[in-house]
Amino acid sequence: VRFATIGELRGALDAGRTSAVGLTEQALERAQAARSLAAFVHLRPERALAEAAEADARRARGAVLGPLDGIPVAIKDLLVHEGEPCTCASRILEGFVAPYQGTAVARLRAAGAVIVGRTNMDEFAMGSSTEQSCYGPTRNPWDPSRTPGGSSGGSAAAVAAGIVPAALGSDTGGSIRQPAALCGVVGIKPSYGRVSRYGLVAFASSLDQIGPFARTAADCALVLEAIAGHDPADSTSLPEPAPRWLRALSGDVSGLVIGLPREFFDPRGVDGEVLARAREAVAELERAGAKTREVSLPHASYAIATYYLIATAEASSNLARYDGVRFGRRAAAETLGEMYRRTRSQGFGAEVKRRILLGTYVLSAGYYDAYYRKAQRVRTLLRRDFEAAFAGCDLIAGPTTPETAFALGARTADPLRMYLSDVYTVSANLAGIPGISLPCGFARGLPVGLQLLGRALDEATLLRVADAYQRRTDWHERHADPRAWEGTA
Amino acid sequence: MPRIDRAEVLRIADLARLELSPDEAERLTAELEAILGYVDQLDALDTEGIEPTAHAIPMPTPLRDDHAGDALPPALALANAPESAGFAFVVPKVLDSDEA
Repeated sequence: VRFATIGELRGALDAGRTSAVGLTEQALERAQAARSLAAFVHLRPERALAEAAEADARRARGAVLGPLDGIPVAIKDLLVHEGEPCTCASRILEGFVAPYQGTAVARLRAAGAVIVGRTNMDEFAMGSSTEQSCYGPTRNPWDPSRTPGGSSGGSAAAVAAGIVPAALGSDTGGSIRQPAALCGVVGIKPSYGRVSRYGLVAFASSLDQIGPFARTAADCALVLEAIAGHDPADSTSLPEPAPRWLRALSGDVSGLVIGLPREFFDPRGVDGEVLARAREAVAELERAGAKTREVSLPHASYAIATYYLIATAEASSNLARYDGVRFGRRAAAETLGEMYRRTRSQGFGAEVKRRILLGTYVLSAGYYDAYYRKAQRVRTLLRRDFEAAFAGCDLIAGPTTPETAFALGARTADPLRMYLSDVYTVSANLAGIPGISLPCGFARGLPVGLQLLGRALDEATLLRVADAYQRRTDWHERHADPRAWEGTA
Repeated sequence: MPRIDRAEVLRIADLARLELSPDEAERLTAELEAILGYVDQLDALDTEGIEPTAHAIPMPTPLRDDHAGDALPPALALANAPESAGFAFVVPKVLDSDEA
């Protein structure tokens, strides 16, 4: 069945009603039929079907690896997969073939998941609309004239279009949660360090984190269990073992205190319908036994400015490696310096250049203290805001985004306006805490996301509350109409 | 007075090893000016004595035993090179010493 959860597909596999090969063929057919959405940049039919056949063979001899065995999934085009292309939707990585295996991908494969393809994104994850891609924009399944959000828009759209039940993305300032909200699916950004970044192409190393998209919180828990946990190959990977999140989904939220930051419920700067849906979702959780109280994050309004100084500084340093020497595209030139300049100027798109320049500027002599160091100090204030808020509540709730999916092209001419799309999400990256977005209704026919933020390492509470909400509501069962993207049939 | 002008943008572009067309330089000067104007809001905050945060979750640098691990085999490391010879990456001549 289309739009099924991993749990449902597993039931069908267990009952012998379908096979991993059957599910993978369906996913590949749907991806082909959905080419107009441009959710995928690379499909790997032969290898995916071979992986699926192995899963079926394991099942036949009673050696199923676990709940993900034989389940088709997709990965964002910045996760390194040994022997496969990895372009980060950038011309500069044209032709690159990954020489090693990233940890998240290795763990997905070790759990038996079948990787059907790589999903579209903003170049090097720099964007909030998946329009800054060398392959062209991804379209939102709910309304193909609109953005799926970004930067992990391809992964969000692939799940929302019912092509795969789960996909991996990455979140540096909201790049999982914002597209999850705009596409009506669930997406979780784990605590910093929860999932190894080994094999995640770096954008802003102190903020980047890998996480899953799925239709339900329970499926997100399942995928997160597979990919999380310590990895000696990433020195920022947390030593704590990954909890068994799925087991913590009790459906019970009674007694939990949900903090409602007054800054996230300020009607200025947010669509009234979006805010109304967030309030209704909180009311539903209250009916389920949760308590609420107002809290404050006094520095929240400074988060975007802080984020764009820190993220671009880190990006300008990380992207220095694309110089045409060791991999990727090289422009013809007579001298080495000329080769660097031409390679980078021809290889990077407009937003990436803008951020490299801003990052270089804020790290350069004379501006370092005024911009970069200042932003790092404000980052401390933001962390303290969350510490103070969490002294009085167990989790924080609010809208994920200030508005629903906007029209393609509507923000590309105004970078600052685009950045403000992440106004509610960037703080979690700066503070290193986990955040999840889940569908909580619609505004004028487009999905709205509820964001829950938790204490560092407390993904369990977020997943439990999100799951409890989904047991009481059916927003996550609504899906877009495939006729919108499968042509005129 | 503008925070950033075209000459400064070109100087930064040079540091970042990017070359900008006249149109790009024009557009980026205006865009960076707008972005820097926006981030100026941080000036309103007194951060005197506040420790900077480089990583949100404080962790000691993990140590490991000092022995060689598996490294990428040279042939594989070179497989993506635009140009290579033997065990080396080949690059164009370095003619101008200031560009090395």
